[in-house]
Amino acid sequence: MPSQVSAKSAFVQIQSLGMSFENGSPVLEDINLDIEEDEFVTLIGPSGCGKSTLLRILSGLISSYRGSVTLSGRNPSDAGEDSFSVFQDPTLLPWLRVQANVELPLKLKGVPKEQRQKKANEMIELVGLEDAKRKFPWQLSGGMAMRVSIARALTTSPKILLMDEPFGALDEMKRDRLNEDLLTIRNKDPFTCFYVTHSVAEALFLSTKVVVLSTNPGRIETIIEVPFSYPRQAALRERPEFLELLAKTTHALRARNQT
Amino acid sequence: MSLRKYNPVLMPMLSSLLILGIWFGIGSLIEQSRITKDGYSREDAVGSRKVVLPLPNEVLQAIVDERHDLFRAARNTFSAALLGFLAAVTIGYSVSMLFASSHLLKQTAYPWILVLQMTPVIILAPIIAIWIGPGLIATSMITFLIGFFPVIANSTQGLISTDKKLLSLFAICNARKSQEIMFLRVPYSMPYFLTGMKIAGTLAPIGAITGDIFVGTSTSGGAGLGFMTLSYISSAKIPALFATATIACIIGFIFVGGVNLIHWLALKNWHDSIAKTDT
Repeated sequence: MPSQVSAKSAFVQIQSLGMSFENGSPVLEDINLDIEEDEFVTLIGPSGCGKSTLLRILSGLISSYRGSVTLSGRNPSDAGEDSFSVFQDPTLLPWLRVQANVELPLKLKGVPKEQRQKKANEMIELVGLEDAKRKFPWQLSGGMAMRVSIARALTTSPKILLMDEPFGALDEMKRDRLNEDLLTIRNKDPFTCFYVTHSVAEALFLSTKVVVLSTNPGRIETIIEVPFSYPRQAALRERPEFLELLAKTTHALRARNQT
Repeated sequence: MSLRKYNPVLMPMLSSLLILGIWFGIGSLIEQSRITKDGYSREDAVGSRKVVLPLPNEVLQAIVDERHDLFRAARNTFSAALLGFLAAVTIGYSVSMLFASSHLLKQTAYPWILVLQMTPVIILAPIIAIWIGPGLIATSMITFLIGFFPVIANSTQGLISTDKKLLSLFAICNARKSQEIMFLRVPYSMPYFLTGMKIAGTLAPIGAITGDIFVGTSTSGGAGLGFMTLSYISSAKIPALFATATIACIIGFIFVGGVNLIHWLALKNWHDSIAKTDT
C-alpha cells in the first residue's frame, strides 16, 4: 500500500479497516471514514461493536489491523506526538499528587521541570482544579479524577484527542457539566476529537459527526451530521431541533438493534 | 464514658498486672509445696524454685548481673539480624527485578530458590559454619536465607502485576522501557515489596538467634544471644536464660516497629494501597 498520502487526503483517513481477534472472530470490518481537522466525532453503537477497539487502533495501541489508517499522513504508532488518549478510568498514578500526574506525559518526554510545571498549571486551571493540585488521587471524586485525566492529556497539546467513554461512570448532572466544560476547553484551543459513548444525547451535544456502528462484526451503519454551531450552551439540550434530532437518532438506533 | 475509650492503654496494663500476679502466685505455690511436701527450708525452697521459675525481679537482677555478656551478645545479634535483613531486602528486590524482566530467568531460577527456602535453615546452618567458619558473617547469612524469600515472592508479584491500564498510559506516552520500570513498575511494586520487607524484618531477629545457636562463637567476643542461651543452660543460670529471652524480645520489637514505621511512612500518602496490602 502506498505510504505517501496525497495533499488532498483527509486529516484522519480510515480506509477499508478491518480487525479480528486472535481466535479469528472479526471485530471491525470495512470501516471507511474521512475526518477533517477540528471535527468532533462520536462513535456510538451497541456493546461489542468495536468502538473501543477502533479508538485503540487510532491511539496506536493495536497494530494488528488490516487496511490503512493515517493521522495527518502518519501511521497511528508514529503519530504518538499528535494524539493522546483519555481512558474510561482516570488511570492516575496513585502515588503522585495531581500536579505530578498532570506533568507525567511531559516528564516522560524529557521536558524541563520549569516548563512542564507551567504547562501543567495552565491545564489544571483550565479544568478548574487549582485547589486540588496538592491532592492525591484517592482524595478526589470521580469527576475530579476525570478532569485530572483530561488536563494530563491536554498538556501534550494533542492535535487529536481520543476519549473512550470518559464520563461513563459519572452521574448525569456531572456528565452534562463536564460535557459543557469539554466544549469550552475545545473552543479555546481546538483539537480533533474521537469520542466513544453509549448516550445519544451526549453524542449529539458534543459532536459534529455521530458515527453509528453495528455489531457482529462492527461496521459503520450510518453517519449523522450534527448541524448545531459552536459554541454550544447547556440550553441547546432543550431546543426543539435538538430534541427532534435526538428522537430521530434514538429511533434509528433502536430499529437497527432489534433486527 | 465507656471503657472502650481506654482500651489501648488500660487493657494491656491490666493484662500485665494479671500475668505478673499469676507469675508471683505460681512461684509462691512452688515454694510452699517444696516446704510442706519435701520438707525444704525456706532458703532451699527459694533456690529450688529459682531454677524452675525465676520471678520478674530476679530476671531483672540477672540482666544487671550479666549486663556485660548480655549487652555484647545483644549487640552481636542485632548486627547480624540487621546485616542479614538488609541483604535479604536489597538482594531479594534485585532478584525480583531480574525475574520481572525475564520470564525465562524466572522459570529457570525460581524452583531453586524454592528448594533453598524449603530446606530447613537448622540443617543449612552447620553446613554454612563448616564452609565459612562461625561468626557474624555466618549468622547474617542464615538470617538472609530466612528473610529473602518473602521479599522475592512479594516483589516479583508486584512488578509483574502492574496495572494494564497504567501500562497502556505509558505506551501512549511513548515511554522508554527504563522509564516504565523507574516511574511505573518500581513504585507500583512498593506495597508488595514492603509487605515482603515486613515479613523479613519479623523473621530477622529469630534467624539471627537461631543461627547463632549453630554458628555462634565465644572467641573474640563474637557470641550472640543464641550462643549465650546455650552457655546459660549448661551452667544452669536459669534467671539469666529468662533475661536473654527478655532482651531477644526487645530486639524483636525494635525490628517489627522499625519495619512497620518504614511501611507506614512509605505508603501513608496513598491510603487505599495500605488497605489493600495490610493483612
